[in-house]
Amino acid sequence: MVRFENVTFEYIRRDEEGNVDSITTALDELSLHIKKGEFIAVLGSNGSGKSTFARHINALLKPTEGKVVVAGYDTTDDDNILEIRQRAGMVFQNPDNQIVAETVEEDVAFGPENMGIPTDEMQKRVDEALKKVGLYKKKLESPNRLSGGQKQRVAIAGILAMKPDCIIFDEPTAMLDPGGRRMIVETAHELNKKDGITIILITHNMEETVGADRIIVMEKGRIALEGTPRQVFSKGEETLKKYGMEVPVITALAQKIGLDGCILTREEFVDAYVKALE
Amino acid sequence: MIRDITIGQYYPSESVIHRLDARIKFIGTIAYVIALFLFDTFWGFLPALVWLGSIVVLSGIPIGFIARGLKPIFFLLVFLVIFNLFLTPGEVIAEWWIFKITDNGLENAGFMTLRLTLLVIGSGMMTYTTTPSQLTTGMESIFKPLGVFKVPVHEVAMMMSIALRFIPILLEETDKIMKAQQARGADFESGNIFKRAKALIPVLVPLFVSAFRRAGELAEAMEARCYHGGKGRTKLHPLKFSAGDYISLVLIIGFVVGMGFIP
Repeated sequence: MVRFENVTFEYIRRDEEGNVDSITTALDELSLHIKKGEFIAVLGSNGSGKSTFARHINALLKPTEGKVVVAGYDTTDDDNILEIRQRAGMVFQNPDNQIVAETVEEDVAFGPENMGIPTDEMQKRVDEALKKVGLYKKKLESPNRLSGGQKQRVAIAGILAMKPDCIIFDEPTAMLDPGGRRMIVETAHELNKKDGITIILITHNMEETVGADRIIVMEKGRIALEGTPRQVFSKGEETLKKYGMEVPVITALAQKIGLDGCILTREEFVDAYVKALE
Repeated sequence: MIRDITIGQYYPSESVIHRLDARIKFIGTIAYVIALFLFDTFWGFLPALVWLGSIVVLSGIPIGFIARGLKPIFFLLVFLVIFNLFLTPGEVIAEWWIFKITDNGLENAGFMTLRLTLLVIGSGMMTYTTTPSQLTTGMESIFKPLGVFKVPVHEVAMMMSIALRFIPILLEETDKIMKAQQARGADFESGNIFKRAKALIPVLVPLFVSAFRRAGELAEAMEARCYHGGKGRTKLHPLKFSAGDYISLVLIIGFVVGMGFIP
């Protein structure tokens, strides 16, 4: 679905005369393959290249060196850009700054409108997408009246209406309250399971990565750690701290009270605890 | 709440007038304004009043709401009446100290007041019955032919609708910045007008910075959703003329032509 081949990306800053002032390497010979239907969580501290990575997937940025292929389309070819952006949608951090229209319904239609979908088909897609995120009843309301979590779900619906194969979430929960956070992550999992949409979730929050198929930890534009949540979180606190991560609260608690194995979810915790009591 | 403010003072309702195509309402308003200047006897006000009256009745907007729209021009009207009443030469019909009211003055004052009032109410009716977004879509469609002369019609319409969406957000942000500054001892309420204007600079600077940041993020989000200008774009709610719109168009033409025949 998504393939990175030795991708290097440099932010070049120039002074007033156009001479190169400084070069920041945001991605450093990154190679990666994401399969269709996978749920990937990307972790890493600020400046590790997570967002740059995300922006490469829907061709908002193009590699300085190397190649990014999304659904068989090379992102460096300008003719492919609309195809890629339709297939790989992106949810951004700030809910307010990604809503374009004055009603929920019209905002969801923004993507399909750009693609030139006929009106009857568009209304069907919009209704379907809004039902999927549970906001069908709000379709005629102004986005300004919605909560942060609801706005993010409108943004997700806006992408669903374009019938994507893959959705990239760039820290979608950073500006939300805990309730809104849970809802967004649940929606992402549901889309992954029910509709087989590939999900790439970039986040700071360890709890949100637990349900993923694979965790990628980035540092200085490279992949520092990779594996299933269990593999990654059993690396031990020392290793994780090095990359600005910490184990999820429930895992830390299980370790504190001396439960065996790497525990990631509430259910696992309860099972292990009951077993330990017996 | 600051989020609830409406721009263009739309009055939500489901009336016949509300449901008309925005383009018809726009053209109708222009035609009405022109018609108001086609006559120069009092007889002309009769059909204009009937026309406006029937629109008001059909729209179901309360008279009080419409009257409130006249508030901003109240002083202008008073000035117009005073100047016309006392300064127009003609046959004096009433006199007191240095003030003279002439027959021409009385006529002019009445004429101007009526014309201006009808003008303001008439154009107000368009904004009361059409949402800003409908109005933008309508204008985009009307001015589309200007694209031939390289006028960026779609871009301007897109900018207008985005501006409308962000006005409440930026107002709220202004409020937040002002509160933050006040918490640190800023004073916006005392001093003369220059002092107060100067006190606003520390509010405007962060507001502009944030507006530019928002613009950048929004542009990126729009691009990520396949936005590539107006070419090949379709609409969720395309403007479509219904039977009612065609009837209105005929009525509008009839009205303007009829007004042209008034002596």
